[in-house]
Amino acid sequence: MTVYLPVLLYYVRIMAAKRTDVHREPLASPQDVALFMRDITKAFPGVLANDRVTLEVRVGEVHALLGENGAGKTTLMNILYGLYQADSGEIYLYGRRVRIRSPRDAIRHRIGMVHQHFKLVSRHTVAENVVLGLAGAPFLVPARAVEGKILELGERYGLKVDPKAYVWQLSAGEQQRVEIIKALVRGADILILDEPTSVLTPQEAEELFKILERMKEEGHSVVFITHKLDEVMAVSDRVTVMRRGKVVATLPTSEVDKPTLAKMMVGREVVFRLEKAACERGNEALVVEDLWALSDRGLPALKGVSFSVCRGEILGIAGVAGNGQKELVEVITGLRRATRGRVVVLGEEVTNRNPRRIADKGVAHIPEERLKMGIVPEMSVAENLILKRHHRAPFCRGFFLDLREVRRFAHHAIEEYEIMTPGPETPAKLLSGGNIQRLILARELSGEPALIVAAHPTYGLDVGATEQIRQILLEQRRRGAAILLISEDLEELMSLADRIAVIFEGEIMGEVSPETASLEEVGLMMAGEKRGVVL
Amino acid sequence: MGWESWIVDTLRRALAYGTPLLWGTLGEIYAERAGVVNLGVEGMMILGALSAFAVAQSTGNPWIGVLAAAVVGGLAALIHAFFSVTLRANQYVSGLALTIFGLGLSGLLGTSWVGISLKNPLPKATIPGLSRIPILGDALFRDHSYLTYIGLFLAVVLWFVLYKTRWGISIRSVGESPSTADAMGINVFLVRYLCVIFGGVLAGVAGGFLSVEYRPSWTEGMTAGMGWIVIALTIFAAWDPLQAVGGVVLFGGLYHLAYRLQRWFPPEFLKLMPYAFAILVLAVAGLRKVRRGAPAALGLPYVRGQR
Repeated sequence: MTVYLPVLLYYVRIMAAKRTDVHREPLASPQDVALFMRDITKAFPGVLANDRVTLEVRVGEVHALLGENGAGKTTLMNILYGLYQADSGEIYLYGRRVRIRSPRDAIRHRIGMVHQHFKLVSRHTVAENVVLGLAGAPFLVPARAVEGKILELGERYGLKVDPKAYVWQLSAGEQQRVEIIKALVRGADILILDEPTSVLTPQEAEELFKILERMKEEGHSVVFITHKLDEVMAVSDRVTVMRRGKVVATLPTSEVDKPTLAKMMVGREVVFRLEKAACERGNEALVVEDLWALSDRGLPALKGVSFSVCRGEILGIAGVAGNGQKELVEVITGLRRATRGRVVVLGEEVTNRNPRRIADKGVAHIPEERLKMGIVPEMSVAENLILKRHHRAPFCRGFFLDLREVRRFAHHAIEEYEIMTPGPETPAKLLSGGNIQRLILARELSGEPALIVAAHPTYGLDVGATEQIRQILLEQRRRGAAILLISEDLEELMSLADRIAVIFEGEIMGEVSPETASLEEVGLMMAGEKRGVVL
Repeated sequence: MGWESWIVDTLRRALAYGTPLLWGTLGEIYAERAGVVNLGVEGMMILGALSAFAVAQSTGNPWIGVLAAAVVGGLAALIHAFFSVTLRANQYVSGLALTIFGLGLSGLLGTSWVGISLKNPLPKATIPGLSRIPILGDALFRDHSYLTYIGLFLAVVLWFVLYKTRWGISIRSVGESPSTADAMGINVFLVRYLCVIFGGVLAGVAGGFLSVEYRPSWTEGMTAGMGWIVIALTIFAAWDPLQAVGGVVLFGGLYHLAYRLQRWFPPEFLKLMPYAFAILVLAVAGLRKVRRGAPAALGLPYVRGQR
């Protein structure tokens, strides 16, 4: 019986969702509506990802779908694209009811989707990627047949890309253009873009917005998924705000402002500026000199990186993903070999020492991949909390663990860092993203580290957890820790860091002060232009 | 013996011994290009060998025997496809199980066929015209099995299909990035099933070649580790049908040379050769940081909605 209970509850919830009659927005006029999704409900075990969601997209508009991570935006669009099936609800295209069971159906109904993580075969050429699965492509040498079409679309929409280039040779912005071309070649009238700017420099994002303007003029409708308010204001005609699986409102963008949208998205007032005390710079905690390292593929990923971080300050590292940030973090924390150069922590050289030795020097590591590197998912919260120090007093006496001490510490950490968990014995994998990150911070910061290496510490977290974690980092800075903050979120860097160094293809392009630098300037450096104080 | 006839002889033997390796490798390349490792090649080959011999002996027609081997190889591969694609079981375990299963089953069912020599083995043929080319004509186009010629022709066709046709793009995409293929409306499961079964058909024929042509008889375990060499050759050929031909001739030649050295080396050493070669290839492939040519999604089951 106990086994069936969750299943039963699940269906009860779906039935309840079906029965309740909800308020519906009247349609503008059937001809003007490209897409109408009505009362879409989708439950995953444990969460109601979409709860009677209704979305209306008009012909020739850019419609922003705004919400935090986990609000259900991507789920809704995956339902539209046939990757998931809705539990209930209806989809209308140009006034006609349709059923979309697979991406193939979606493509046939002229819907195109550009996923946040690009769906491209990186070892194939642009043309091969475009022709993959294309109906009506010739059997023999199909790639050549679409080359002309790719160039033509590139001309018409400003999507310039070489059809014969291999995808792995392209920048993220170019890869995105390939994705858009893929959709256009298939005759997509409705284009879904899932967090399209997350991998772009500000300039590339500007170009994307221009392309979207062109598409609007040609009569396409665009659904633009984002959690960034500036983008909503910059590019959209109307906006639908989602929160916790439900639609909060749909409004013309011209009638709203950022604070209103933020409040709808989060459900309460949001403070945009963090209170930050002046920087009290102490001794150098980390010095990196002419650091070189290879990537997993054996290619140079760091090419002579040099910088230093002092106690009591935050050095931000900005850059588009994949420009050596991961390798930099790994070399500093001892997880990857440096092929040249030095890493000095608190005056002592630690280059290529093993990770435990470096951690014992007082280096905390908040890793990029929480589940892979931050915790052991199957182990309990308490066990995860002592991971780095399980071999030392007070948690360990000779051969045995002192379990009472472990529990005591766990209770203390759970309370101090407000980790939401049923108890210290709960497997860490059952915690939400924000709580896993709190757990990692509790462990890493418990020894009062001199240096904190934080890689994307708020990536994918909701606004509440993000705020808390930023406060914790500022608190550590006040205490006198040196913090190396790697982030793709420029706003985060601008509000937290005392200095920002920009990395591009394994080299530091220069250093700027967040007080004086503009987003545009940082963006140009992210694209490979040397500016600011060149180190 | 002059050096000319020595080269001709070595090449001839290399190609004859290499024929089953070629068929097996071409099949494995297609399965792996679609992202499915099949370590069951040895099992599929031996089942093919037994069915080919039994059917050829019973019907008197070796071609029907080869056909039976193809069908049985395909069916054996279907088991692997079901476990690894549909049930998403560990592909390595499933393939190993298939090899052990094939060796055991063929040993059990084959007892009554042991020690009989085939009445009517597969005929040999000489290709008119091409066989007149000096040296190469004698080595490659005279008095070889039909299956040798078909195998060489197949390598070219399969290379062309893989790189120059719509099917090829679909197969390679499924092996590189199944989620991409899925998003573009390709039926990932279907492509993987077909490629694995196709690989089994070719492995079955490879086994059939052994029992109705190379040594027209049935002995238990007569594939003698060839299936493992196929796995190694697939990596050695960088998953490319044309390079497979080169690898097969090279290995066939090495094997033949080792055979000639029997005067100086104990036979145990020669038996060790195929395994040593397989280990060597894997070690060299492992030493290179970049896995050249290996399909990115090789060995990974596909679940929609996962990244």
